[in-house]
Amino acid sequence: MSHFAPIKTVKYFTPGTLVVVAFALLGWSLGLYRMVVGLQSVTNLDNQYPWGIWIAIDVATGVALAAGGFTTAALAHIFHKGKFHSITRAALLTAMLGYTFVAIGLLFDLGRWYNVWHPLIYWQGNSVLFEVGICVMAYLTVLYLEFVPIVAERFEQGVQFWKPFRFLEAPAKGLVAGLNKIASPAMSLLIIAGVVLSCMHQSSLGALMVIAPTKVHPLWYSPILPMLFLMSAIAGGFPMVIVEAVIAHRSFKRPQHLKTLAALSRYIPVILGLYMIAKIGDVLIRDAWVYLLTPSTESIMWFIEVGLGVVTPFVLFLLPWTRRTAGRLFLGAALVVGGVMLNRIDVFLVSYNPPYATWSYFPTLLEVAVTVGLISTIMLLYRFAALTLPIVEADEGGAS
Amino acid sequence: MDDSRRNFLKTVGGGALLLAGTDAMASPTHGGGPPVNDDAWGCLVETSLCVGCRKCEAACNENNALPAPETPFEDRSVCETPRRPDDSAFTVVNKYQSEGWNDPAPVFNKFQCMHCNDPACVSACIVGALTKDPRGPVSYDADKCIGCRYCMVACPFQVPAYEYDNALTPRVMKCTYCLDRTSKGQLPACAKICPEEAITFGRRSDLLEIAHMRIEEGPEVHRKRATLLNHVYGEHEVGGTSWLYLSRVPFTEIGLPELPEEAPSRLTEKIQHGIFKFGFLPAALFGVLGATMALFRVKKRVDEEVDE
Repeated sequence: MSHFAPIKTVKYFTPGTLVVVAFALLGWSLGLYRMVVGLQSVTNLDNQYPWGIWIAIDVATGVALAAGGFTTAALAHIFHKGKFHSITRAALLTAMLGYTFVAIGLLFDLGRWYNVWHPLIYWQGNSVLFEVGICVMAYLTVLYLEFVPIVAERFEQGVQFWKPFRFLEAPAKGLVAGLNKIASPAMSLLIIAGVVLSCMHQSSLGALMVIAPTKVHPLWYSPILPMLFLMSAIAGGFPMVIVEAVIAHRSFKRPQHLKTLAALSRYIPVILGLYMIAKIGDVLIRDAWVYLLTPSTESIMWFIEVGLGVVTPFVLFLLPWTRRTAGRLFLGAALVVGGVMLNRIDVFLVSYNPPYATWSYFPTLLEVAVTVGLISTIMLLYRFAALTLPIVEADEGGAS
Repeated sequence: MDDSRRNFLKTVGGGALLLAGTDAMASPTHGGGPPVNDDAWGCLVETSLCVGCRKCEAACNENNALPAPETPFEDRSVCETPRRPDDSAFTVVNKYQSEGWNDPAPVFNKFQCMHCNDPACVSACIVGALTKDPRGPVSYDADKCIGCRYCMVACPFQVPAYEYDNALTPRVMKCTYCLDRTSKGQLPACAKICPEEAITFGRRSDLLEIAHMRIEEGPEVHRKRATLLNHVYGEHEVGGTSWLYLSRVPFTEIGLPELPEEAPSRLTEKIQHGIFKFGFLPAALFGVLGATMALFRVKKRVDEEVDE
């Protein structure tokens, strides 16, 4: 039986945390500044390049890397691999925070952010983006409901709010208990729905750029982009859980759950291998490999993406050497995570060549600062949740 | 064809279109998209007649109440550097010249929204803020728009522009087909003002006939003695466009991209509707996962009993 508890052994604020707070504050100030002055003076977006890193990283990469949530849930709850229960809560927390910040990041990018809810009333079934939007909204709801029992568990242990907010204590407790009455009995349904919704929008996200056949470079433009996006999201799921677990346990001064993570990593070469076959096979079958023979930004980026982000970690995870220390697991997993991120950047930005381009998009420092600020906020909230809620397992089940 | 006939088409064409009913004839598009109303409006641009006077730009600016340009419309030198339509100019005229042409004289070309038959922007739009009017125009409703700019990603002509400097109510900006005029049977402002009659407004199906006729007539009959290429740009490109172009030099050399015949949205819609038809695949996945979950739950219970 798993035993989750809030981490009591470390303080929230450390010098490291303060640095992250600084980045978060900077990002949020610039984000709010963009809300006041518009996209023009903050971003490098223009009529040639309507999408920048806020879409490619904050939204597309954010969604992909939050896949640890549904992949781990499927493994532990659908395939009943009990030993992975210890990591499901952290993976769920990452997914929930990840998707929340996908939505927030999107708000900074949308010209009319206050209309973000419009897809709920103006249905456009032909639009791939509509399908992505509805699925993400639905999945975000599912994630919050999946998280309710964790919060409810904490309330049952007795909670004391910070003084100025003490008056919220009773209503919050009632609300959580009420929601838990709905969420807990429906957990199996929620978990399956989460997996289905994830498969739907992870793949649809890949279909987005299929509408621009003459703009997207042939190295990435493929009718099977939806499948490649789904496969790479699944392939990045467990590595993301490993990366996040290793960092968190180090930061919380906890022993690494090496046994669990090593066991989890055994799935990676299988999933990543399938993706590798699909990814390389796609370039061969479409005869796009000829573009790899001449050096260009595109061919170099492709080689980094596939060589460093797919093939190298595939080989690493085949070797028992990689499973022996948390550091090595982290290295291999970080390569996969980086590869997935690079793939999204490649598909949405590097490969995008508008017909009347006069330059190549590159983000402003302000765009980068907003993105860094959002990622920093996720880290701060993760830390806050792990210190106040039963997210991390006290000891590795069975191992020592 | 003589000029009087062209004038007739210009003035009467719009009026006749108003009478077009819903039971109008429809031709299939080349890209396999939705059929195109034969009475849908079109504009035929004869690039060899354009002299680059920018009067169309001025008329467009006035009719759409756009901000005054940086350089006045009388200054024709701006045509020298290729421009694109943007949020303050729905149409621009560029000058092209090449030593490789039989006749090295410059060719001017006019750009604006092509009002595609099967528009990628309309298919892409998440909320249906962009719509295809059966009469031809692709129209934009700013009140629905969420500002995601996916239409700009989707457009193969890189036409929709954005008001990036507007913090609160930015709009997607592009040629409106002068709907305020055309819906009343009048010509679009640019077609109306063109002193060279380089722009002919009429039924798209008629314009295609005229275009092919002009190509066949040959240089002897042509007002500028030009030998036109046997290609009406926009007849088949991305499923066909409302705006059609004739040229004596390759279209790619006067700023019009080479595009496939299939509209980009054919493939995305096929994928989208194929996967989600009646929600079959998601429902099937739900069922399979549910069954798996139940199966493994039983297996786990059996395993535990064995262990005991």
